[in-house]
Amino acid sequence: MQPFTPLAELARGLRDREFSSRELTRSFLDRIRDHSATLNCFITVDEDRALAQADAADQRLAEGSATALTGIPIAHKDVFCTAGQRTTCGSRMLANFQAPYDATAVARLDAAGAVTLGKTNMDEFAMGSSNENSHFGPVANPWDPARVPGGSSGGSAAAVAAGLTPLATGTDTGGSIRQPAAFCGVTGIKPTYGRVSRYGMVAFASSLDQGGVFAASAAEAAVALAVMSGFDPLDSTSADQVDPWLNGLGDSHLAAPAEAPVIGLPRQYFEGLQDGGAALEDARRTLEEAGCRFVDVDLPHTDAAIPAYYIIAGAEASTNLSRYDGVRFGHRCENPRSLEDLYRRSRTEGFGAEVKRRILTGTYALSVGYFDAYYLKAQKLRRLIQNDFLAAFGSVDLILAPTTPGTAFPQGDLTDDPVAMYQQDIFTTPASLAGLPAMSVPCGFADGLPLGLQLIGPHFGERAVLETAALYQQHTDWHTRHPEAYA
Amino acid sequence: MADIDLPHLCRLAQLALDGAEADAARADLERIIDMVDRMQAFDTDGVEPLAHPLGTAARLRPDEVTEQVDRDRFQALAPAVQDGMYLVPRVVE
Amino acid sequence: MSWEAVIGLEVHVQLATRSKIFSGASTAFGAEPNSQACAVDLGLPGVLPVVNGEAVRMAVKFGLAIGAEIAPFSVFDRKNYFYPDLPKGYQISQFAHPIVGRGELAVAMPDGSEKIVGITRAHLEEDAGKSVHDAYAGMTGIDLNRAGTPLLEVVSEPDIRTPEEAAAYFRQMHTLVRYLGICDGNLAEGSMRCDANVSVRERGAAEFGVRTEIKNINSFRFVERAIAYEIERQIDVLESGGRIVRETRLYDHERDETRSMRTKEESDDYRYFPDPDLLPVHIDQALLEAVREELPELPAARRHRYVETLGLSAYDAGWLTQEPETAAYFEAVVAAGGDAKLSANWVMGELSAALNRDERAITDSPVTPDQLAGLIARLQDDTLSSRTAKTLFEGLWAGEGEVDEIIEARGLKQVSDTGELKAIVERVVADNPGQVEQFRAGKDKVLGFFVGQVMKATQGKANPKQVNELLQEALKP
Repeated sequence: MQPFTPLAELARGLRDREFSSRELTRSFLDRIRDHSATLNCFITVDEDRALAQADAADQRLAEGSATALTGIPIAHKDVFCTAGQRTTCGSRMLANFQAPYDATAVARLDAAGAVTLGKTNMDEFAMGSSNENSHFGPVANPWDPARVPGGSSGGSAAAVAAGLTPLATGTDTGGSIRQPAAFCGVTGIKPTYGRVSRYGMVAFASSLDQGGVFAASAAEAAVALAVMSGFDPLDSTSADQVDPWLNGLGDSHLAAPAEAPVIGLPRQYFEGLQDGGAALEDARRTLEEAGCRFVDVDLPHTDAAIPAYYIIAGAEASTNLSRYDGVRFGHRCENPRSLEDLYRRSRTEGFGAEVKRRILTGTYALSVGYFDAYYLKAQKLRRLIQNDFLAAFGSVDLILAPTTPGTAFPQGDLTDDPVAMYQQDIFTTPASLAGLPAMSVPCGFADGLPLGLQLIGPHFGERAVLETAALYQQHTDWHTRHPEAYA
Repeated sequence: MADIDLPHLCRLAQLALDGAEADAARADLERIIDMVDRMQAFDTDGVEPLAHPLGTAARLRPDEVTEQVDRDRFQALAPAVQDGMYLVPRVVE
Repeated sequence: MSWEAVIGLEVHVQLATRSKIFSGASTAFGAEPNSQACAVDLGLPGVLPVVNGEAVRMAVKFGLAIGAEIAPFSVFDRKNYFYPDLPKGYQISQFAHPIVGRGELAVAMPDGSEKIVGITRAHLEEDAGKSVHDAYAGMTGIDLNRAGTPLLEVVSEPDIRTPEEAAAYFRQMHTLVRYLGICDGNLAEGSMRCDANVSVRERGAAEFGVRTEIKNINSFRFVERAIAYEIERQIDVLESGGRIVRETRLYDHERDETRSMRTKEESDDYRYFPDPDLLPVHIDQALLEAVREELPELPAARRHRYVETLGLSAYDAGWLTQEPETAAYFEAVVAAGGDAKLSANWVMGELSAALNRDERAITDSPVTPDQLAGLIARLQDDTLSSRTAKTLFEGLWAGEGEVDEIIEARGLKQVSDTGELKAIVERVVADNPGQVEQFRAGKDKVLGFFVGQVMKATQGKANPKQVNELLQEALKP
């Protein structure tokens, strides 16, 4: 079985009984085993469970009740709860945690017949931009193992890039799908906030967290997103909004947009770009030739995004992570002498350095005397950032921007400088704060490392984002390039 | 430089950082707070804070008992239980 | 020096929903430990709160009942602190934007007067679990069944001045939430608990003194005693030249004293902020109107009506309206034809005593309102004397039959046949010439002797008024 076979062909092969889901699953499990030592992109691989799901999928395929995803392997970021299997969130705190429930996104993919290969590595509690903050060790970038895959969904991005799975879920709080997608040369989408249920997705920052997916192309990502998304009564922030277009996608190919979109170029995103200026210029020409029109747009509060993001995400995280107290689940220190001792040692031992930094930052921002200057200020800036986008979408259908300031950086380069690490998120945090759908699409290389362009749409504007990405991918082949070691 | 009362923050967050770890954390926090202080340059007078990206209201759930609790399954996750109780070191009130 | 206390109460009302405020777990009391704590109540990773609409409705109902402004948008905040009975490390509450704004409660005082107490606000929040301290060697057990039970926290203005007023306010709150059907009012099970903020100042002073907070009082009696103790303690401290420390205190009802739990020198830093898992609760006009339609006649209105249209005393009106079931019973008696004043007397007297004696609820009374009305009718038409009426009541209580059946069976009919009675009276007068002479000589008290003799002869069935008249007649010189 060839890795990197397009999803539509896999689905056709399964339907036509050219191969079984068991055979397909087996071939991916073998690849995972072969490459686990170098990439470290999985925390848990449960072969028996995967094969049992594959057998059930084969049954469905035989019965003719299959969907576009029946029998198709997928990997889940280890932030999604999967009942009866451990969900670690990349943390010592949850190293042995087995959720008694499935995340809604997982349950939907399961119900469609997708086969879970395993749980992918990630920055602890999804906090990080390099996947170096995992209790289970760093993930290598398949294009250069000495470099980071990006984060926090680094394991998922690397797994798709290396052909270890055709699809992988991820979550994006401030860029955690888009940045690793760019660094690993794959397609990744963060939908509109509220599109994918957060139920069963271990929370980092509740008003920002959004589930999404990595795939080889926009068309493939759309198929998975169609299944994952939809209203969920278990999540108060789930959008009670039906999208017939998304729900009707099935395995049909994405059509080009009915009308070529008007695309905005935000000046602020092109200043301070290290690599990729030329690639983005090429992308613009390609899309222009395909009929798109480009105009300049102004997003004047872009510079406020990183500070506002780190305050809001930190504040929410600081209290979301209070439940890890060593009482009902998770890590508990040895022989606690008192309640305080139980709390302090369990938490200090269970959390890594970056998680502690975020908790302390958030605690600071919410505490008496600092609340107005930090938390409230950040919320006001969040409003202004959203207003910037709303104003821009008054005149454009989409915004095109770089995903990251540069290509994947070497492991260890930024680990001693959290502030420099945070700057990596400069182009991804604004859409997160505004709750907008955004995706990263491969758009070239610099020094042999992939580059990504970002498409940002208005709220619930996934269709324009995905169709434009598909249009771009019809005219380019960057998304079909694979790292040599894995081709 | 930001004024970081690390022991106070650690007390609120129930973290125990000592020695080198505390020094590193304080230094990192100072840099982070200095970085986020870039926010102060933006004028936000009269701006309504945005707590949530979607401007909708809560959906209210019907008052129905939908959860059947499997206590043993939940307590299998717990480090210390007895007679159905979660145990913690003795709390003095 | 003359001192005056300033008291404000925070009453926690457990709302009588079937499921919890943010989860679908049951709120039933008394289940096995942790058997009603679901994943949301336990704060497991990844699970999320969803607001129970009924809890919101109940809060709105309360707000309308105290004449408060209902916030069109209210916000759930997180109140952050670590404690083992608080599974998430934060309590979901409402801080900056509570659902119920300023209102007031008309409190019926025991003497029949009324005191208006301002209510600052009321907000929705989730209850915590319970700690069990003594059952495990060196350990505390945590039961999270109660975690997530909806609470309405009602904060009063510092309008209360005496322990009696505080108790009456707490009782009035109890009456109100039971009228509204939003709380079962079971104090023993913790369905209503209160915290009291107490300070004292020189009478007439403009400033408040330093206050202490007495936590978790769960009976009407203890509210009064705890506050009385605390006022005395504070006065003692001040009069001996000391200072009151701002602190939280606990009332120990066995020792009848309050003692310090922790000082609040460093104000708690709860880091309230809007819970990002929840969106603002929107109360639109339609919901407001729908809830308004459901409002029953409120205790104060009913009290006033009893005085103004039924002619009852303020005391009786207050007594009868305290529990909605009592008022309903009383009104059923009146509706069945019972005279209001007599009905009140019988409900407050004989019926209440029998219910207490047999430990029965009024909804479970063996004597129905119709029967009591029948009894009163027989009193009024002079079929019964007050003594035979009591006998009839006993018969009804024992289930011996309907009113007229028992009157018949027990022979309780009052002798009011004038001819028959006149004969008896004349015989008694004829049989006791000595007493007749004494009466005629001016010893009025002897009349009682004659009445007794007539009553004896009629086995108590004579109409006392008639007996009196006939005796006066027969004894005339």
